Amino acid sequence: MFPINETMGQYSELFMLLAAGTYTVAFVAFAWDLAKSSKTLRAVDLKAAAAAKVPVAVGVSGSEQLPAAASAGGRTAGADMRYAAERRAPARVAVALTILGALIHGAGVITRAIGAGRVPWGNMYEFLTTGAFVAVVVFLLALIGRDLRFLGTFVIGLVVIMLVAASVAYWTPVGHLVPALQSYWLVIHVSIAVLSSALFTLTFAMSALQLVQSHRQKTLAAGGADKLGFMRLVPDALSLENLSYRINTVAFVGWTFTLMFGAIWAEKAWGRFWGWDTKEVWTFVIWVVYAGYLHARATRGWTGTRAAWLSIVGYLCVIFNFTIVNQFFNGLHSYSGLT
Amino acid sequence: MSEPVEDTNKSKSVEDAKASAALPALGFKGMLRWAWTQLTSMRTALFLLLLLAVAAVPGSLFPQRPANPAVVTQYIKDHPDYGQILDALQLYDVYSSAWFSAIYLLLFISLIGCVTPRAIAHYKAMRSQPPRTPKRLSRLPEYGTLVVPADAGIPASRAITDAAALLKKRGYRVEVRDVDGERPSLGAERGFMKEVGNLVFHTSLIGVLVSVAIGGLFGYSGQRILVEGDTFVNTLVGYDQFSPGTNFQSSWLQPYSIQLDKFDVKFDRESPAHFGQPIDFTAQVTTKENPGAPAEKKVLKVNDPVTLGGTSIYLTGNGYAPVVTVRDGNGNIALQGPVVAKLQGDNYYSSVVIKVPDAKPEQLGFAGFFLPTAFVTEQGVSFSGDPELINPQLSLNSYYGDLGLDKGTPQNVFELDVKDLTQLNGRDLPAKGITLVPGKTYTLPDGKGSISFDGIKKYVGVDIHHNPGQVSALFFALLAVAGLVVSLYLNRRRVWVRTGTHEDGRTMVEYGLLARGEDHRLAGESAAIRELLQREWQLPTEPAASDTVASTTTKDR
Ligand code: HEM
Repeated sequence: MFPINETMGQYSELFMLLAAGTYTVAFVAFAWDLAKSSKTLRAVDLKAAAAAKVPVAVGVSGSEQLPAAASAGGRTAGADMRYAAERRAPARVAVALTILGALIHGAGVITRAIGAGRVPWGNMYEFLTTGAFVAVVVFLLALIGRDLRFLGTFVIGLVVIMLVAASVAYWTPVGHLVPALQSYWLVIHVSIAVLSSALFTLTFAMSALQLVQSHRQKTLAAGGADKLGFMRLVPDALSLENLSYRINTVAFVGWTFTLMFGAIWAEKAWGRFWGWDTKEVWTFVIWVVYAGYLHARATRGWTGTRAAWLSIVGYLCVIFNFTIVNQFFNGLHSYSGLT
Repeated sequence: MSEPVEDTNKSKSVEDAKASAALPALGFKGMLRWAWTQLTSMRTALFLLLLLAVAAVPGSLFPQRPANPAVVTQYIKDHPDYGQILDALQLYDVYSSAWFSAIYLLLFISLIGCVTPRAIAHYKAMRSQPPRTPKRLSRLPEYGTLVVPADAGIPASRAITDAAALLKKRGYRVEVRDVDGERPSLGAERGFMKEVGNLVFHTSLIGVLVSVAIGGLFGYSGQRILVEGDTFVNTLVGYDQFSPGTNFQSSWLQPYSIQLDKFDVKFDRESPAHFGQPIDFTAQVTTKENPGAPAEKKVLKVNDPVTLGGTSIYLTGNGYAPVVTVRDGNGNIALQGPVVAKLQGDNYYSSVVIKVPDAKPEQLGFAGFFLPTAFVTEQGVSFSGDPELINPQLSLNSYYGDLGLDKGTPQNVFELDVKDLTQLNGRDLPAKGITLVPGKTYTLPDGKGSISFDGIKKYVGVDIHHNPGQVSALFFALLAVAGLVVSLYLNRRRVWVRTGTHEDGRTMVEYGLLARGEDHRLAGESAAIRELLQREWQLPTEPAASDTVASTTTKDR
């Protein structure tokens, strides 16, 4: 057992605050990007429409415009989510700030680990700060191949909320692990859970956007006015659905491992692999909801909007499991670190 | 988008709905068939899955009997208005309730009904040849053409066998058609394991369920408290609490023994915020596989059980056990030994109950608290300032009379029923409460006897489990994950190639690809196959779309 290093712990908290501040600015830049781009795009549209009296497809990069997008008069982003030629200065600033934030944030996570002399996920404060870090890293990695910058406002917004919640509601000073958590299964089980949750965070944002976009596409197809101009930066509902499905499959496999490794750990610690402890119940519920989501994707009449709702419900269960269940439900898993 | 899915009854459901309107004509068999198609449909599976998720929730809202029967009893007492109703609805036994069982049994019946026909269909598909070559390959989602110059000396028949060999190497199952004809072609298919993975996944879920059921039928579990020096022998009487599986037989218990030699706790002395929090529990034990077997030294820790005689022994609790000697009114020793103090609050603030049924002429009882490091506030409230034995103290009230132990009704050892007892010592009595430090003796008023505080030992609580379904549950769970991964990430694809000879002697090759289900890498596969063919025939690997005939990849939607 390594000794506690309080100074490192304090550095870590400082880093967390700095990271939260940087992310907040990045968040503003992402939001600005959505607002500004929608304005420029509208101006371009108007000009083009005046010139040719035909609607202009915005996402020229999309080689495979799908019928749904086409019917919306091309007023969504490219379906393949590749980077387009046009420069979006605020978006670039936002991504740069996110990278900076992630570096500071990473320093915060590492100093926390050094301060406590163990993996930095032993209580709720640490789950949140480390989980938020993983979410940002996953998002940045996804940005390498795909232009998912339209998700920035939502993902970074959630990350800021997580960091603020960690510092305000769940703050816990560095400390040793209680004996129940002293196991290598903590490293395996919780890291996979955090990673899956980060992926679920991405798909949650995408599913929410999918619902909005699908509604907007319907309105546009019916000849309605485009009240949600900023959604032009977002791909059409079908491509959102397909990408979030792929990410959800990875997250689901991760969650299956979380469940299984949790059971193996429970067997080691308490002598039974499954006892319907509150935390186990909710892990199971989440698993079943996402299994339902995968089924929905293969059931006629359940793809699209309904599947998106299931993905959202699944994520709400993840949040519920983390916040309410950890704090207010009594169970064997009482390691929130709060008293 | 997903493929035309296995919702076999979709088109039928309209007919079925009509049929059900005319039920009498349908007959009993028809009705059964109708119910079966409904139950095994994808939509029902989805509905049952979501229902299962919802049904699992109440178990986290209400206390559950299997986990904590005492809390349930208390809950019913505390909520006289609806506590009984909840009980009638089996909300304290959610996971063994009729409704929860009904949902998962239906789900698994549906699963079997779903998996069996799929398995049969898939088995047939695996044994049959790839589907015949479509007339117009250009209508497939991925399509391309290649031209082999006449001087390369590769006729249409050779081109098709070359392509077949390449695809075979790539894991496709290939059938060549019409090799020597005018337009030789081939059909190829791969990714059969995707469906196999899906079947393995679903079947393994049944395996997990059966393993869990086996554990419930043939397993057992129990608890025991061991004070330092105590020995537990694995027989029914050795347990403080025992819950057998439905089919349990006591002859299965192997009479091993485990003795607690020493128990150590380490407390956090570094971090001010967590000061005094336990950070390590270590129990030294001596075990014997059988009464006659040699003794073995072992270490028992949290997260690190000891396995013995087919069971696993877990460290689940601990505390202090003050050692006392009680003398009765006749001056004889009526009780001597450690008394388990039950944890109540911070820093091992524990409650103590001592029952002395052997005391004569009258039985004696004590109830109070044990504090490892006693502090008393100005208001006279005592608390424990530290978990370690810095200033240990016993503070007790005493009683005499009938303990009620002879009536045959089981009593909680941690509670003293004072109904038929007369109080001797207490805060409000002239004699006041008893406060003892180690080595001291207190003489009870009215010559009722005395109590000495001799010392302090530690105790541990252990859980002992035997679960014969455990290994197979793990096996099936791992199998399920493997099946899941295969099913999610393998793709089922079909490739067709057709060749022919142009009038000017060039060999024309066209190919097309089709995916079953969602496959975002189909275009990549198409490009890879194109490259393989080009390399095989030493064609210039032109940058995509430079040649007019090349790479007209489209999506036909
Ligand atoms: C015990 C409850 C069940 C669970 C937890 C479950 C879970 C899953 C999961 C996670 C998948 C996606 C992975 C894969 O494609 O292999 C899946 C797919 C599938 N399940 Fe289930 N399932 C259950 C019951 C059923 C039942 C009762 C049926 C039949 C009525 C069924 C039919 C299918 C089919 C056809 C697929 C493939 C969908 C596709 O082609 O994408 N499942 N299931």
